[in-house]
Amino acid sequence: MGDAALIQALQRIVGEQHVLHAPADLAAYAVDATPLLRSLPTVVVFPGSRDEVKAILELASEKRIPVIPRGAASNLSGGTIAIEGGIMLNMNRMNRIIEVDAANLTATVQPGVTTAQLAREVEARGLFYPPDPGSQVISTIGGNVAENAGGLRGLKYGVTRDYVMGLEAVLPNGAILRTGGKNAKDVAGYDLTRLLVGSEGTLAVITEITVKLLPKPETKRAALAIFDRLEDAGRAVARIIENKIIPCTLEIMDKGTIKAVEEFAHVGLPTDAAAVLFIEQDGPRAVVDADIELAGRLCREEGARDVKVAATVEEGTKLAEARRFALPALARLRPTCVLEDATVPRSHLAEMIRFIEATAKKYNLLICTFGHAGDGNLHPTCPCDERDHEELERVEKAFAEIFDKAVSLGGTITGEHGVGIAKQDYLEWKIGEAGVAVSKGIKAVFDPLGILNPGKVLPKATRKRLVVRQG
Amino acid sequence: MSSVSLTNLKEALNYDEIVNCMRCGFCLAACPTYKLSLHEPRSPRGRIALARAVAEGHLDLNDIVGPLDQCVGCRACEVACPAGVHYGEILEAARATIVEHKEQSALERLVRKVGLKWVLGTPAGIRFAGWALWFWQVTGLSWLARKTGLTQAVAGKAMAELEAAMPRVPSPVKRFMGGGPGHVFPAIGERRARVGFFTGCIQEITFWKENRDAIALLQNAGCEVLIVPGQGCCGAVHTHTGEEAAAHEQAKRNIAAFERHQIDYVVNAAGGCGAALKEYKIWLKGDPEWAERAKKFSASVRDISEILLSLPPIPLGPRPGRVTFQDSCHMRNVQKLVNEPRKLLSSVPGLEFVEIGNADQCCGAGGVYNIMQPETANAMGADKASRVKATGARELVVANPPCQLHMRASLMRAGLDKEGVRVVHLATVLRESMDAAKSQERTGQTTR
Repeated sequence: MGDAALIQALQRIVGEQHVLHAPADLAAYAVDATPLLRSLPTVVVFPGSRDEVKAILELASEKRIPVIPRGAASNLSGGTIAIEGGIMLNMNRMNRIIEVDAANLTATVQPGVTTAQLAREVEARGLFYPPDPGSQVISTIGGNVAENAGGLRGLKYGVTRDYVMGLEAVLPNGAILRTGGKNAKDVAGYDLTRLLVGSEGTLAVITEITVKLLPKPETKRAALAIFDRLEDAGRAVARIIENKIIPCTLEIMDKGTIKAVEEFAHVGLPTDAAAVLFIEQDGPRAVVDADIELAGRLCREEGARDVKVAATVEEGTKLAEARRFALPALARLRPTCVLEDATVPRSHLAEMIRFIEATAKKYNLLICTFGHAGDGNLHPTCPCDERDHEELERVEKAFAEIFDKAVSLGGTITGEHGVGIAKQDYLEWKIGEAGVAVSKGIKAVFDPLGILNPGKVLPKATRKRLVVRQG
Repeated sequence: MSSVSLTNLKEALNYDEIVNCMRCGFCLAACPTYKLSLHEPRSPRGRIALARAVAEGHLDLNDIVGPLDQCVGCRACEVACPAGVHYGEILEAARATIVEHKEQSALERLVRKVGLKWVLGTPAGIRFAGWALWFWQVTGLSWLARKTGLTQAVAGKAMAELEAAMPRVPSPVKRFMGGGPGHVFPAIGERRARVGFFTGCIQEITFWKENRDAIALLQNAGCEVLIVPGQGCCGAVHTHTGEEAAAHEQAKRNIAAFERHQIDYVVNAAGGCGAALKEYKIWLKGDPEWAERAKKFSASVRDISEILLSLPPIPLGPRPGRVTFQDSCHMRNVQKLVNEPRKLLSSVPGLEFVEIGNADQCCGAGGVYNIMQPETANAMGADKASRVKATGARELVVANPPCQLHMRASLMRAGLDKEGVRVVHLATVLRESMDAAKSQERTGQTTR
């Protein structure tokens, strides 16, 4: 099928104004938030309904054309790059909140609803949707589900997977699949809902999502603890949880990040500190107060130089600034910002950060680490310059070693960003040969023609561990 | 266009700034044109990607003209950007490159020459425009053209609607009597500062009274106010339309004009102009002769709301009514003056200030955007009008003449003017409150 015929066929399905194909349009859809990747789609299309999605997929199946589902393209693993060209399937026109069901504590939405929009809508009714990826002002729920997005509240509340109760999706052949629903208990057959969550747009196109909601917590409060030794911060994290406090947020920033944040935002952090912990608890006031006081005391006992405890919600918001500025502070240091998400069991937090620091030194790079200490999800972040190819090679080698170390500590190559293109060569390190084989089998069942987001997640080749990239 | 080498193109398009974009997409949520279309090429991230594709030789400059023209230039994206990308600089560089290399039609060349060079380009041109507009309105030609549909036939619907929303221009005699270039308005009470007033080009014609309101406020706050002679247009319109060299000429003219006088501050009552004046230091940073002078000039620029808050408060009297406030984007996103106008409004006795639903979103005026891209601009204006209605306010307070004109037209389209909802400049509200205090004093009432 020629491009012109394809464009016409798509225009017949969705209407002319919802198909883009001018050179400038295609160039704008050649990238997502992943550094260094760029590839042009053949055509960009905006379906307005499930039936339009179905018709597009039927067409694509018939003509063997790749389809790349796309939300806000804020992903960091190359998940929405059209590496083989094809139809860029934008879901952002399907952005209706279909229902907020207070009796069942669920919300049913179309995939193009942004995370922040859903959060606002349910919070206005005294309800709460906990997953809060850093990009929530633009990221879409569809994208969050496809990538199984995490966020700052993962420790206490879990990630997107823990809130998806039911899905409607269209298979590559156009068949409509419905999984789960509003039932709190449902053990009918394989858990296809969980299989689709985190499938990165390689199995089906999600067209409707039912999520679980919680009652909105009564209040929240925060504290910021400053440490002279990284190990002390690591032990404080463990002590807090041992003492049966599960904070909603427990974040760490290393020395490099502290320095960058302080130079950027002047929030009053000592630049000689080895680490800071940002702790936030939500819930009933009495519990929150007790937890924050105790967490502060435990940090001091483990050697914190200083612990600032917020008296009010507003003061807490002020303390949170330090953590919020981590990304902008690092992003401004150099033109390119490689933001990774190596993750380890939290007991290995300090060891992992030490390793990252040593690796950065070995490769003569600046790698600053911040992240979700409570759940072990770290963001080693490397400000660099993509125009410097020699530097990029060093970045690549350093991160290969970092992922290897994470896996050897019982951790994983990605905690929340997904595999996409960026991590596919490392996937087998984590899930093993059998895991890859089963995954390929699953892909073949859903998408026998291989048209849905081709070239993502499943490895084409596997890197040898601890051997830096060949060629 | 093929004659441009890639290296030159990279430099012209400000490639160094382009690569700072990490494509995270945070700007999308702030961008009014993206929110209307949900199309990536209508977003800052998309436009930067396009400029980059041109700089790297993947796209032709002509391919990106449309998407760039669609940008209203509100710069809300800069506030949202974690990486601190100077989108405005990328946009201006891209527009200037387009103007330099694109084939222009004879009509476009003529419009640019007449409008930007002859009329807005010189102080005399601006004065001429003032007379012409007054003549147009006072002779009834305007009424006739509107009634016969001539305005719409010749200038198009967008221009016709703006023309209808245009307030009556004061006569040249009245304007002359009210103090023109070189006039000094004495400070009232203790003199605290000497201020050079920047009138703006369109502002001084169509919103002449608002400028005089601002001057009266300054006088009462203890400022001696000089309308600096020899000043012209700020150049913002020229940068919006890619006329970079002409914009820089305007900047140099203005800096030179103000340098000739001993003044503490350059004050203006037009958010968009103020932003341009404050950015002269960026415009001229590469010019050895002007860089330092521009830096000094920009540092002395103050918006009327900014300077009033830094001086002892003027006594204000009751001026009741419910109002809401529409930020000028360039005042909010470039000058970062968000709280200042709100503080002033809240200090007016009897005034009930209610926040509008989407205060951080552009109204669609965008310099000349509402003339160049009426469809998008009017969609933004309509959204704003519905939000004004939702507040129940009787007045929409503004701080920038293009917003004032565009919102007048938008409220008229929405029929809100018939319901008695008015658009009024911040300086006018404050002046009326000040006058109320004075008349109270005269009638012997206590002011507090």
